[in-house]
Amino acid sequence: MTTSPSLSPVSNPGADVLLTAENITKSFGGIHALKSASITMRRGEITALIGDNGAGKSTLVRCLSGIHKPDSGTITLDGEQVVFETPHHASQSGIETVHQNLALVEELAVWQNFFLGRELTRRLGLIRTLDRKAMKAHAAELLQDLAVNAPSVTSKVRRLSGGQRQAVAIARAAGRNSKIVIMDEPTAALGVQETARVEHVINTLRDSGVAVLLISHNFDQVMRLADHIWVMRAGVAVAGRRASATSGDELVALITGARAA
Amino acid sequence: MPTPPGSRASTKAPHRMAPMLANIRELSFWAENAASIGLVALVIVFSFLSPAFLTLGNIRAMLIAAAILVILAVAQAFVITTGGIDLSISATMTLGAVGFGLSWSAGRGFVISTVIGILTAALVGLVNGLLIARGKVTDFIATLATLSVATGLALILSDGKPIAVNSSQLLRLTTGSIGIFGYPIILAAVIGAVAWFVMFRTRFGLHVQAVGGNDESAIANGISAVRVRIATYLIAAGLAGVAALLLVARIGAAEPAINTQYLLNSIAAVVLGGVSLTGGKAKIVGPIVGALLLTALTNGLTLLGVSQFYQPLAVGIVVVLAALLTRFQKK
Ligand SMILES: Nc1ncnc2c1ncn2[C@@H]1O[C@H](COP(=O)(O)OP(=O)(O)OP(=O)(O)O)[C@@H](O)[C@H]1O
Ligand SMILES: [Mg+2]
Repeated sequence: MTTSPSLSPVSNPGADVLLTAENITKSFGGIHALKSASITMRRGEITALIGDNGAGKSTLVRCLSGIHKPDSGTITLDGEQVVFETPHHASQSGIETVHQNLALVEELAVWQNFFLGRELTRRLGLIRTLDRKAMKAHAAELLQDLAVNAPSVTSKVRRLSGGQRQAVAIARAAGRNSKIVIMDEPTAALGVQETARVEHVINTLRDSGVAVLLISHNFDQVMRLADHIWVMRAGVAVAGRRASATSGDELVALITGARAA
Repeated sequence: MPTPPGSRASTKAPHRMAPMLANIRELSFWAENAASIGLVALVIVFSFLSPAFLTLGNIRAMLIAAAILVILAVAQAFVITTGGIDLSISATMTLGAVGFGLSWSAGRGFVISTVIGILTAALVGLVNGLLIARGKVTDFIATLATLSVATGLALILSDGKPIAVNSSQLLRLTTGSIGIFGYPIILAAVIGAVAWFVMFRTRFGLHVQAVGGNDESAIANGISAVRVRIATYLIAAGLAGVAALLLVARIGAAEPAINTQYLLNSIAAVVLGGVSLTGGKAKIVGPIVGALLLTALTNGLTLLGVSQFYQPLAVGIVVVLAALLTRFQKK
């Protein structure tokens, strides 16, 4: 290892590292949203990504989920270098994302959003038709576990409350048997009960061996859930800490830059 | 309190009617069903004013006359659902007709000429799709340009003259019928049914709606908006090619004429059908009823001896009314 000890992800790197993003840069015109960001995620762990507004968290998420192509840098998944040309590639590689904007289509029903891009179909002679029944049933089941006031799966997303929409997006990503689930501020619009349920879902995912990347501005939540925490500032992942070896005060200092990594 | 069964039934009746009545009082009910209500109203008015309107012969003629517009409206509905618009649709039909005519006059026979006509039209759709989806040219500009290109090509290829087509198959297509339903409207109905199935029962249809509703979200969910858009413009142009066949059959010749009225009416039918031009809200039956309404309007005015000059005016007024009504649709 040539990197400084504070930048190296964990004390025993390698073994169960699932994803490594190294020196990712991404600019939009003159805005350098990411200037060499590097993070790692380990199997069966919750990795948190924190930082002030505009630090580049969502941009990094969009690079990992195939929406943006990084200008430079590498992503290694399961020991193999990957380049995601499209979100489809990323999800085929086992990365599911709850985007900050939720990525729902308002005019479509809940069940249609649930299976968007991965519709269940059945054969009808020579053609494949949507298996509407199966999709509705499956969506209702997954949603039931998550939402306190689960919306009807046939209602349009347009009609849902902000929290219900968030529940739909989270249930969708969690129900897809992926290796990595990324959640960009998943509890931002949720009430107390719903937040507790989402945290339960996140813990369940971790326990089943999924690597979860959690973006959150809620320090208590991060300390409650995360095994490892990455701090981003101005497009750079400035520090990585084990959750057990840090404190809220240190994280605040790292976020604001009052304390150097 | 025990009541005799008879009176109970009568007290219950208004109960059951109440939701429906409340529904009718809602403006959104009228807005959602503008095309159907307008069609019924037109039929009632015209059959009062002209005894010839509701005769079997006239209904048959109207349905045949509606076939081309029904197909174009279905095509336009797909494009508009993606949030786009196809201004080249009638020029594409014209080019398809010329393609059919040239192939026919070169002695290639009905089937091959039909295929060539449809492929010629589809080529315009491919260009539209590539320009809009890959080239990121605004749909309005891209299809305005291909409108001009297709019109020009049709004139150049045909030397500006109609190409006479004396095909027995085409003749059978225009004159044949099952009951009062002529073959053209049957073809249009089959296309409408298939379009409905594709839109509401297949992955592709769902993706069309998703891309039109929010393309960023659709892409984030792994849908290729580029492919969906190209396919949509291709399908629309291919349908215009099918409509071209009916056009040639109707005139008995492939004319390089500019059919602007078909373009305007195809968009009008979709708007009448309650589809918002912003995309994402798919409807197939609505635009078909809209196409029937516009045809009935033209036919009724003709029967009443109203000058042809008034027809575009009437269409314009109907579309404006429909557009105003759609503001009251349920969101
Ligand atoms: N598509 C884009 N085009 C232009 N600039 C962008 C784009 N996406 C992000 N940016 C810019 O990149 C920077 C980082 O944005 P990003 O959304 O990644 O921040 P964030 O850390 O997620 O913030 P927040 O906590 O507010 O969600 C910001 O300055 C933002 O304006
Ligand atoms: Mg963000």
